[in-house]
Amino acid sequence: MTDDADPETFAYDQARWTDDDERYEPLLSEKNTDAVEVETSLPDELTRDELELPSLSEPELARHYTRLSEMNYGVDSGPFPLGSCTMKYNPKFTEDVAVHPDGLVHPDRSADTVQGTLRLQYELQDYLGRIGGMDAVTLQPPAGAAGELTGILVAREYHRANDDDRSEVIVPESAHGTNFASAAMAGYDVVTLPSGEDGRVDLEALAAALSEETAALMLTNPNTLGLFERDIVEIAEMVHDVGGLLYYDGANLNALLGRARPGDMGFDIMHYNVHKTFATPHGGGGPGAGPVGVTAELAEFLPDPHVRCVSQGDTDRLSGQSPREGSDGTYERYTPDNSIGKLHGYAGNWLVLVKTFAYVARLGDEGLADASAKAVLNANYLAEQLEYEVPFGPFHHEFVASAGEQDAADAAKRMLDYGVHPPTTKWPEIVEEALMTEPTEAETKRSLDQLAAAFNAVRGDDEETLETAPEWTAAGRIDQVAAARDPELSWQALDEE
Amino acid sequence: MTANGSPYAPHTDADREAMLSAVGADDEEALFDIPDDVRFDGEFGIEARGERAVRSLVDRTLSANDDLVELLGRGHYDHYVPSMVEVELTGLGVANCSMYDAATALGEAATLATRVRSTSGSRVLVPERLQKGRRRVLDNYVSGHDLAVETYPMDDGTADVEALASLADEETVMVYAETPTVRGAIEERADEIGTLADDFDAMFVLGSDPVALSVLEEPASLGADVVVGDAATLGVPTAYGMGIGLFACREGYLRQVPGRLVGAAGDDTGRRTYTLTLQTREQHIRRERATSNICTNQAWVALRTAMHAAWLGPDRLVELAGDCVERARELAARVDGVDGVRAPVHDRHHFREFVARTDRPAPAVADDLQAAGYAVHVVGDHEIQLCTTETNEDALDGFVAALREVAR
Repeated sequence: MTDDADPETFAYDQARWTDDDERYEPLLSEKNTDAVEVETSLPDELTRDELELPSLSEPELARHYTRLSEMNYGVDSGPFPLGSCTMKYNPKFTEDVAVHPDGLVHPDRSADTVQGTLRLQYELQDYLGRIGGMDAVTLQPPAGAAGELTGILVAREYHRANDDDRSEVIVPESAHGTNFASAAMAGYDVVTLPSGEDGRVDLEALAAALSEETAALMLTNPNTLGLFERDIVEIAEMVHDVGGLLYYDGANLNALLGRARPGDMGFDIMHYNVHKTFATPHGGGGPGAGPVGVTAELAEFLPDPHVRCVSQGDTDRLSGQSPREGSDGTYERYTPDNSIGKLHGYAGNWLVLVKTFAYVARLGDEGLADASAKAVLNANYLAEQLEYEVPFGPFHHEFVASAGEQDAADAAKRMLDYGVHPPTTKWPEIVEEALMTEPTEAETKRSLDQLAAAFNAVRGDDEETLETAPEWTAAGRIDQVAAARDPELSWQALDEE
Repeated sequence: MTANGSPYAPHTDADREAMLSAVGADDEEALFDIPDDVRFDGEFGIEARGERAVRSLVDRTLSANDDLVELLGRGHYDHYVPSMVEVELTGLGVANCSMYDAATALGEAATLATRVRSTSGSRVLVPERLQKGRRRVLDNYVSGHDLAVETYPMDDGTADVEALASLADEETVMVYAETPTVRGAIEERADEIGTLADDFDAMFVLGSDPVALSVLEEPASLGADVVVGDAATLGVPTAYGMGIGLFACREGYLRQVPGRLVGAAGDDTGRRTYTLTLQTREQHIRRERATSNICTNQAWVALRTAMHAAWLGPDRLVELAGDCVERARELAARVDGVDGVRAPVHDRHHFREFVARTDRPAPAVADDLQAAGYAVHVVGDHEIQLCTTETNEDALDGFVAALREVAR
C-alpha cells in the first residue's frame, strides 16, 4: 500500500462550475432561454400563450452535458465503496442488448405477438428463482422499495386469505429506511427490533416482539454490518410459529451468490435489487428494478400479470425447468388467483430487466459464485488495511468501520480529496461514526490499496482540514442548511435571485 | 481474472494470493461465515456464455416478437422531461427527481392528499375511464391509508363535470382528471374541475404529459395542485411500458412531497452547487413516517427527458405538440372515410389518439389488422383506439388500406 497519500499528488481534480460571465461555460438554463408564442389549431382558451425553455444547439448541448459528467464521480471514475448500495461495474455490452429493437414494443401488444419478450421475462423469472431459491418471481416492481411494498402486500393478502387480520411488521433497527416506510405504506404498524450486542438479531428481543399480530419480519442477511445471521433457521421457525412470514431484503445478496439462498434459509418472500447484485446501472438514482420471489404457497398472490409457459405442462408451476434453447414453448400472461393487483402501470423497468438477463446469462453459475467470492475477499482485504477500527465480524461483502473521534461525514468529504468515493456514513447507528464500506468485486488489489491509503490519510488529518473538506472537487462544502431553509428548486428560482 | 470466474472481477492470481495471505485465509470459502444447515452446495444450472453469445441469445429470443406497426398509446407513447423543465411546463413550483411511472405518481399524489388534507375526508374521485394500470396501482397505494377511490362518469371522452359536481362533497380530499384523457380527448373543462375541487378544499391532481403540456393551458392556471404523468414521452422509445413518473406540485406542499428533491446552494467558496435537499421527508431519515418509501427512482430517464426537451427547444416542442393534434385529426378523418368505421367517436379535440367505432366487432377487426401487420387497441365491443406520432406516420397509408380491407 501507499504510505504517502497526499491530495497534492494523489487527487483527482474535478471540473468545476464557474459563475464567471467572461469565461466560456456551457451553462444550459440561464444563457439561452427562448419564449416562443404557442400557436396551434386548438381554440386559444385551451392553450397557453407562450412556452419558455432553454434553447440550445446540439453542439452546445453535447458540451453542456459532457461538462456536467466531468463534475461527477461515478463507478467508471474510480472506487465507489458506498455500503449497502453495491456500486458494481456495469458491463457496457448490456447497454446495446437492452435497446434491442425487437424488444422495444408497446406493453399493450397481444401475447401472441410478443412471444420473445414474454420468453425473456420467463427465463429471467426462472434465473432469479434459482438464484434465490424461490418458486415464483415477479419482475414488475420497478425498484427495491417497490419490491418491498409488493412483498408486504403479498404477506397482507396471504393473511387476509386466511381470515387472519394482523397489524404489525417487525424491522430490525439497523434495517434500510425503506423497510420501515414500505411496511407503513401497506398500513402496518412498525415494530423496531433492537440489535443484539454481537450486531445480530437478539433472539430474546425477537421473541418479545413476535405475536399473533406479526404479519412479517423483514431481514437482510448478511445484515447491514455484513454479518451473517447465524441463527436464521431458528429465527424463521420463531416467525413461522406465530403465523408470520419472513421477508428477505435483497440489498446484500451479493455476499451470498452460490453459497446460500434465502429460500433455503426459510424466507417466504424476497426482493432482488438488480441494480446492486446484477450490475445494472444505478443511473444517478435509477432506474433499478426490484423483482420479488416467493414460495409456491404465496405464488397465487403475485402481481398481475405474471408470465408462464403453457405448452410444456407448465401451467401450474411458475418456475422450475424452463424450455431450453430451440424448444417451442408458448408464453402467456395470466392473473394469479389472488393477485394483489399492480405495482407498476405496465410490466416494470423493461430496459433494466434485459440488462439483468444479459448479466446473469454472461456469468452463469461460476461467474456468479466468483462475484461473491471476490466481493467478500475485497471487503476483508480492505478492512485489513484500515487503521480505523472495524468493531464487528466476521463480515462478508461489506463492513462498518468507525471514524471514532472524527465526524464520519467530515471524514467522507475529505476522502473525496484523495480521489475516491467515500463510504456510506453515520449508518447503521450501532457503530459510532459509521463508515459503511462495500468495495464490490470490481476493485483490483491496486485500487483497494488506493482506497485504503485514502482512509488512512484521512484518519491522520486534523479537525480543521476535515471540517473544510473537500477542496479538490467540483463542489466544496455545500451549505445544506441554507439549501433546506430557502429551497431553490428550479432555474426560474435561480433567475429570481 | 480467474478462469470461469466473473469477467468483471479483475483479480490476477498473484493479487488473489497476496490478498488471501493478508487476511489469513486459504481460500475465499474460508471467509464465508455460513452455518452448514443453510449452505447451498448445489448449482443454479445457469450456463456461462461469452459476450457475443449473450448478444446472440437475446437476439434469438426477441426475434420471436412479431414486427408490427403499432398504433398504440393509452399512456405509453413513442416520442420525452427533467425537473428543471417540468417546472416550466406545469407552472407549479416544485418537481421531484421522478417517480417510477405515471401510475405510481398518481398513487403518491393520493397519499400526499392524506398529509395535506384539511378535513377528515377520505374520498378520492377519479374518472371511470382510466388506464387500467393507473387505477390498479392507485388502489394499492391507497390501500394502507384511510382513503376510498370512487369513480365519476365521463361524457363524450372527457369528464362529466355536472356529475362530478353532484358527487363531490366535504369528504372529498382529491379529484383526479386527465388531459388528454385515456381516450385521447383534450379536457376542455379542466378549470371548472379545479374550481369544483377548490370549493371543497380537495386537492386537484391533473394527469398529463410534457409534450401535451407544452401547448395546453398551464396546469397551475387551471387550478391544479399537483401534476402527474409519464414524462417518458420524451427521452425513451417504446420500452414495454418503462417510463418515468412526472410529479410536480405547488410550493405549499414542499415539505410533504414524496421522493428526492434537488436544490441549488452555495459552497464554502461561493460557487454554485447542487444538492439533494429537504431529505428529512425521506425514508432513510424519517423511516415509517417518511412521505414515501421511494429511494431508487428513474433519474437516468429524467436525464434523457431533459436532454430531449432541450434538444427540441421551445419552438420544436410546440411544433411537435401541434403535430400531435393535427396528426390525430387527419388520421381520424381518413379512418372516418373507410366504410364500416366512424371516427372520432368523441366530438372533442384529440391529442395523438382517438377512438373509432367499427361496424364489425372490434376484436375481429383488430385480429385482422394484426394479421395485416398493424397493432391497435380494442377498447369496446365496437371500438378501437388508434394512436399516431411521427414514428408511425409513414405507415399510415398502408394502415388505412388494410383497415379498408377488414372493416366490412
